[in-house]
Amino acid sequence: MRDCKPILLLEDDTVDAMTVKRALKDLNITNPLVRVANGEEALVYLRDETKAKPCVILLDINMPKMNGIEFLKIAKADDKLKRIPAIVLTTSKDDKDRFTTFQLSIAGFIVKPVDYLKFVEAMKIVNLYWTLSELPNTEQENVNAKLATDTACR
Amino acid sequence: MPLLKPILLVEDDLVDATTSKQALKDIRVKNPVIHKTDGEEALEYLRDPDSDRPAFILLDLNMPRLSGIELLQIMKADAELQHIPVVALTVSKYEQDKLDTFNLGVAGYVIKAVDYDVFLRSMDIIIQYWAWNGLVEKERETANARL
Repeated sequence: MRDCKPILLLEDDTVDAMTVKRALKDLNITNPLVRVANGEEALVYLRDETKAKPCVILLDINMPKMNGIEFLKIAKADDKLKRIPAIVLTTSKDDKDRFTTFQLSIAGFIVKPVDYLKFVEAMKIVNLYWTLSELPNTEQENVNAKLATDTACR
Repeated sequence: MPLLKPILLVEDDLVDATTSKQALKDIRVKNPVIHKTDGEEALEYLRDPDSDRPAFILLDLNMPRLSGIELLQIMKADAELQHIPVVALTVSKYEQDKLDTFNLGVAGYVIKAVDYDVFLRSMDIIIQYWAWNGLVEKERETANARL
């Protein structure tokens, strides 16, 4: 990714979360991966001022307690959080999920390939795209207060 | 096979628009490309019931009449248009532009490279990403490789 901030992963399935972690490692992506199991935990993390805001959010849709769509409704209405790009990473091919999440201004909807090597290929493109794309300053409201500390990772 | 949705290119600079169209052709994007020269023209197109909804929008920011940020504001407040992904494609490196566009829900912010080969590579990454999103398609590599 463009900066060294963590990637926040919302995924209730431990095996799926490990697959994402492994793919990032195989692609030599050095951003730390912070994994939470649902939308509620993600909001706790994102609203904790002592925690670094993520550069991007990768989220599953079907999760217990607070699912991806409920999470997006809250995060995208929060002035401090809405600027963080959120990319849906799911096995759902449901057109309704796709439409609803795009209505909520997600920055991508990737259907997870079952095959691991294809999944790595998908993550490679996600990483290339979010390295090419600029990212907003997520730490402060007033961008003139201090120069962004984001620097290239490598 | 269903018809591919067009890519909507919103760009006032004709040279830049030609370069973008050439790049999309060079990377063999199958989707048609529709070019509008400012936000107002783009909005007219988007609100015309006869026009095809775009797969995604490549949006310049600095344009006369209706700027990219103004167009985004209008689109994101319109339930019929807010789901269309918008990628800013601009020369602006201003933090404020990045902040404003991401606050309005852009799905990417790419600085236009001056060098054509670098620009082509960025466009290829953009297309590959939206292809993984199921919104665009490229011709197969072997179809008519430029030698």
